[in-house]
Amino acid sequence: MVLLEIEGLRAEVEGKEILRGIDLRLPMGEVHAIMGPNGSGKSTLAYVLAGREGYTVTGGSARLAGEDLLAMEPEARAAAGVFLAFQYPVELPGVGNANFLRTALNAVRRARGEKEIDAVNFLKEARAALRRLSMADEMLKRNVNVGFSGGEKKRNEVFQMALLEPRLAILDETDSGLDIDALKIVAEGVNALRGPDFSALVITHYQRLLDHIVPDKVHVLSEGRIVRSGGPELAKALEASGYAGLAAEAA
Amino acid sequence: MSVAMSTALQEAAEGFAARYQRLAPRLPGPAGARRRAAAIFRARGLPDTHDEAFRFTSLRPLAGVTFAGPALADGPAVTDEVMRALLARAPATEGPRLVFANGRLQADWSRLPETFRVASFSAEPVFGGEEIAEDEPLVALNTMLAEDGAVISVPEGVDGGTLVLLSLGAGEAGRAADFHPRHRLELGAGARLALVEIALGEGVYLHNPVMEIGLGAGASLSHLRLQNESARAFHLARLHVTLAERALYDGYSLVCGARLARSEIHADIAGEGARLAVNVAQLLDGERHADITAVVRHMAPGCSSRQAVKNVITGHAQGVFQGKIAVARAAQKTDGYQMNQALLLSDEAQVNSKPELEIFADDVKCSHGATVGALDPEQLFYLRSRGVPEREARAMLVRAFLAEMLDGVPHEWGRAVLENAVDAWWRDRPL
Ligand SMILES: Nc1ncnc2c1ncn2[C@@H]1O[C@H](COP(=O)(O)OP(=O)(O)OP(=O)(O)O)[C@@H](O)[C@H]1O
Ligand SMILES: [Mg+2]
Repeated sequence: MVLLEIEGLRAEVEGKEILRGIDLRLPMGEVHAIMGPNGSGKSTLAYVLAGREGYTVTGGSARLAGEDLLAMEPEARAAAGVFLAFQYPVELPGVGNANFLRTALNAVRRARGEKEIDAVNFLKEARAALRRLSMADEMLKRNVNVGFSGGEKKRNEVFQMALLEPRLAILDETDSGLDIDALKIVAEGVNALRGPDFSALVITHYQRLLDHIVPDKVHVLSEGRIVRSGGPELAKALEASGYAGLAAEAA
Repeated sequence: MSVAMSTALQEAAEGFAARYQRLAPRLPGPAGARRRAAAIFRARGLPDTHDEAFRFTSLRPLAGVTFAGPALADGPAVTDEVMRALLARAPATEGPRLVFANGRLQADWSRLPETFRVASFSAEPVFGGEEIAEDEPLVALNTMLAEDGAVISVPEGVDGGTLVLLSLGAGEAGRAADFHPRHRLELGAGARLALVEIALGEGVYLHNPVMEIGLGAGASLSHLRLQNESARAFHLARLHVTLAERALYDGYSLVCGARLARSEIHADIAGEGARLAVNVAQLLDGERHADITAVVRHMAPGCSSRQAVKNVITGHAQGVFQGKIAVARAAQKTDGYQMNQALLLSDEAQVNSKPELEIFADDVKCSHGATVGALDPEQLFYLRSRGVPEREARAMLVRAFLAEMLDGVPHEWGRAVLENAVDAWWRDRPL
């Protein structure tokens, strides 16, 4: 079954067309990588799928398990199982990480008709997830992303993902800014979720992430369109030759 | 002054003055102070926006209301039924508490502390000295009509624990209550107290309290205030604090009630090494108007003061902060800080800020600042993308804006009282 089906998706930001007809099918249980030059629209696609304001969809559709994703509020998308790991995670001064995560987890649980988790059990789960990601418990006490290093912010995204258990994860350059050990840990965090009920779009510039999270497919985005799709070997070829050849090919 | 006063306000002022005339023989305490106050009030009337100190806050809404006064004038009383309903809304406490209803101490509902003395102003009617500024018309109004209040004194070296002062108000539109309680609190040298003041009520009334606080050497007061008056009430409060050497005044106020509110804090930092903190959060919606006016006078060397006001404003509401730091020549090494921050949640929400520094000493550190902003759409989206519904996400960000103030409250029960009030405020608002 196809989890995410994007057809002819067009979107603009401040009157400028960024996505110019995207087609993509992500079956259940698969991980697809999205690569492409700076400014090609990768983050825009991620934001449009997550429902960020200011992005106007001008055509096409995106369906999650058959449902019209674009008609849903961002929180409803989260409840439906969409999780976006931000390229630039947002700082929330005055909001404690633990409180933030428990609020999010319970909101999602409520929306899914599940029971809320109490503070004690939440802490247990959170600590276990932190341990798996080699993160310090102290992380829970700090304000969300405030004063976090670049790598800590990215790990905090993966930590949130581990707790919220999405079925569609969109990782927007979660590998950038990570040291080699952290990269492995993050990749393990993603791989731990892999299974028949988990799919992911992994946006990255580098093959080294895809060495750890081996994708089922690789798509190349250029100027708002997918210009090439292939297997994991496509990413390796790109690493060797760059995007220059592709653009010519697409034209 | 009275020339510039609007006729409507003038009529309202005349009503209060006439009431004094009628009641004078029955009012407790020194008749001389009352007479002086009445003369001042008659000359000045109710302050209008022509009055520089009231430039941003108009008292004109008072003019449209018929005030029938407190119990002594056979004004509206708080029935047992209303009393019970209001008490049920007040945070529960087992400890000592003083309950006032329309300005009258209710002995039956109060519990006196064991380690220090509390009396009622009606039994011990003494006004403060010159320092209480009777030439201020609202203080004069209070002095003229005060019937009751709390007279609290914690002896030297005693830790008085926590005392709750609960003020309940009730009145009707056609026959509004007005009450002018006069409170006095003295902490002896080294004494400590946490005073939790909660004001709430229903219907239309004017609550115009004056509180005089004297802190002895090394005394320490945590002063928590929740102003959660009826949405149709008027709250005009004045606090005057005097600090001796090494005294500490640590104040936290949450303003979320009343149609029109003005809370003045006047502090005289008179002893070396004393510290004062005035932390305020105002939550305003609808047509509400709330004004915080703080005047901090540094008179002794090596003291610090901090005024931090956070406004959350929505609807057509207006917030005002006027803050003054005055440093006398003798007050070297003063550390003064003042900050006014506003979070505007609607296009019509408004905030006015008037900082004032008046410094006569040369070796001081004084800073002030103001910020105005809206909720950050990126932060909002981040929360929503994690499944937090928009309303809850907004509440979280507002709570975060207030975190500095709420998390700083050193008193656990008091902090919970303020936090619950913030949560309840948010729950009741359609946003
Ligand atoms: N809010 C905005 N206002 C104006 N232009 C925008 C806005 N957001 C994105 N853009 C433009 O849209 C284009 C695509 O941006 P996007 O962030 O999606 O690229 P990207 O593929 O994620 O790039 P990178 O690899 O650098 O992260 C860029 O040209 C960018 O400048
Ligand atoms: Mg990007």
